[in-house]
Amino acid sequence: MEARTHIRVEDLSVWYGGHPALKDVTLSIPDKKITAIIGPSGCGKTTLLKSFNRLIDLQEGVRMEGRILVDDEDITAPGADLTRLRKKMGLLFQRPQVLPMSIFENVAYGLRIHGENDRLRLGEKVEHYLRMAGLWAEVRDRLAAPAAKLSIGQQQRLCLARGLAVEPEVILGDEPTSALDPHSAERIEQRFLELKRDYTIVLVTHILRQARRLADYAAFVYMGELVEHGPAAELFAHPKDPRTEAYISGRFIESTGEDPD
Amino acid sequence: MDIRQIKDAIARRSMGLVALGVMSAAFLVGFGLYWRARPVLAGRRWTEILFSAAWHPARGEFGLGGFILGSFWVTAIAMVIAVPLSLLTALYLSEYASRRTREWSRPVVDVLAGISPVVYGVWGMLVVVPLVRDYAMPFLSSRLKFFPFASDNFTGFSALAGGVVLAVMVVPIMVSVMEEILRTVPPEIREASLALGATRWQTTKKAVLKKAWPGVVAAIILGFSRASGETMAVLMVAGCALQAVPKSIFDPAYPLPALIANTYGEMMSVPLYDAAILLAALVLFLLTVLFNAVGWGILLRLEKREG
Ligand SMILES: Nc1ncnc2c1ncn2[C@@H]1O[C@H](COP(=O)(O)OP(=O)(O)OP(=O)(O)O)[C@@H](O)[C@H]1O
Ligand SMILES: [Mg+2]
Repeated sequence: MEARTHIRVEDLSVWYGGHPALKDVTLSIPDKKITAIIGPSGCGKTTLLKSFNRLIDLQEGVRMEGRILVDDEDITAPGADLTRLRKKMGLLFQRPQVLPMSIFENVAYGLRIHGENDRLRLGEKVEHYLRMAGLWAEVRDRLAAPAAKLSIGQQQRLCLARGLAVEPEVILGDEPTSALDPHSAERIEQRFLELKRDYTIVLVTHILRQARRLADYAAFVYMGELVEHGPAAELFAHPKDPRTEAYISGRFIESTGEDPD
Repeated sequence: MDIRQIKDAIARRSMGLVALGVMSAAFLVGFGLYWRARPVLAGRRWTEILFSAAWHPARGEFGLGGFILGSFWVTAIAMVIAVPLSLLTALYLSEYASRRTREWSRPVVDVLAGISPVVYGVWGMLVVVPLVRDYAMPFLSSRLKFFPFASDNFTGFSALAGGVVLAVMVVPIMVSVMEEILRTVPPEIREASLALGATRWQTTKKAVLKKAWPGVVAAIILGFSRASGETMAVLMVAGCALQAVPKSIFDPAYPLPALIANTYGEMMSVPLYDAAILLAALVLFLLTVLFNAVGWGILLRLEKREG
């Protein structure tokens, strides 16, 4: 059974001040699945991910061509409602970006932004999403402590809770485990497997084993081009393009000097 | 001991000495002023001098209260105008403006911050004083017959004119420092907030300012110090009439620095006069120290609370 398409990218090209970062990418992200985006450093993975919630607009001198449809709505159209789009798309950064406030306030932040001010409900929701991110037990006694005091792994789970709290439909992860120790990384991975029941997940990763473990679909990007995409099992077992084959078998090192894992 | 360690020891001692010298200059200034002001303090109580507004040197009455209040008054008006203006300008430049706008605005702000106070004073006399005299004062004072608007000073040379000129002078300084501070807020904080669906304004108000708050307070302290010590521009537009306490923004005000600059070296035949002026200088010095201490105290507390 084919899954419904949640995000459809059509002929997307992105330039940073004349320097091309993505070229004519066309890709469908299926609903309620994990899609892994893999590729060597600098190939445009972050650019692609940040195009999905138009966070790319913050970069100076960026230019975009093509279309991205989220739930059949063109988010690249002029006048698209960016705050609504970004609420729909939770983004986990490469490094956890906690806000300069307490643990509680970090999670409550998004709720308040979107108009929730009832103290009781805030408290309930903060607890709910901290549990969902697997952090509750560790922070329940120090919710008022500054979030920056948490370990990096805890901070990343806090960011997950914060992102989940605004009730997104899509979770975008930009190498969300790359700054974490193996144990913390595993916890985040477990969360993702649980979350894909309810969310569409797009995961950028450098770690091929991680992509193999988690992904239903995979896309290989190389120098701004989408080389190959399809069901993850197939892409990893029978890559069609020699570049994909080289990358996933680790033979990329000689040809580009990149470390694939 | 080899030669490197000897050099290191010399460097440490000499730099320590220089640092000590620079810092003790402040104490020397304070002590020198106190020493020279002692004659006027003899036989008078501090409270009398600080709180009495009776300034009649010929009769031996040296109450500084009116000047101290004049200082407060003009500085307060200046800060009420300057703080919101600078904060909004700095926020606009750092959070909303394009890089182009930022690139040409920065030198403009720096030039404004570097203009001599006399120029601001002349501008104040030519523009601000007439505006106050012809529009602000007749309009407000006749309608709002209560504190702090009611006044019978129709010259335009007033605390308000002084405050406005001071505000225009310190705004560029505060904008420049505040913008610098806002730029140190990591862009990731803005990204994290925007990625949750916050608007620019929500992001600015709840995330960026939250992070930059202590620095903004420091910028305000800096502006305050500058405003309370500024002499020339205020001297030219604030009226500086020897009268009792200013009770309106339209009354003339005579701040301490203006008193000192205006009269030191004159009327030396009046007994104790120069000691009284030096006492005024000492009071100004102590007030500056006090304001800064309070400001830094607030800053430290804010920083501690943020963790
Ligand atoms: N703000 C920017 N200004 C100019 N060029 C940029 C900017 N951001 C990224 N680039 C360039 O665009 C290309 C794609 O960058 P991107 O960050 O999307 O790569 P990536 O695949 O996420 O790499 P990594 O795996 O190292 O995170 C790179 O060549 C990069 O140098
Ligand atoms: Mg990246």
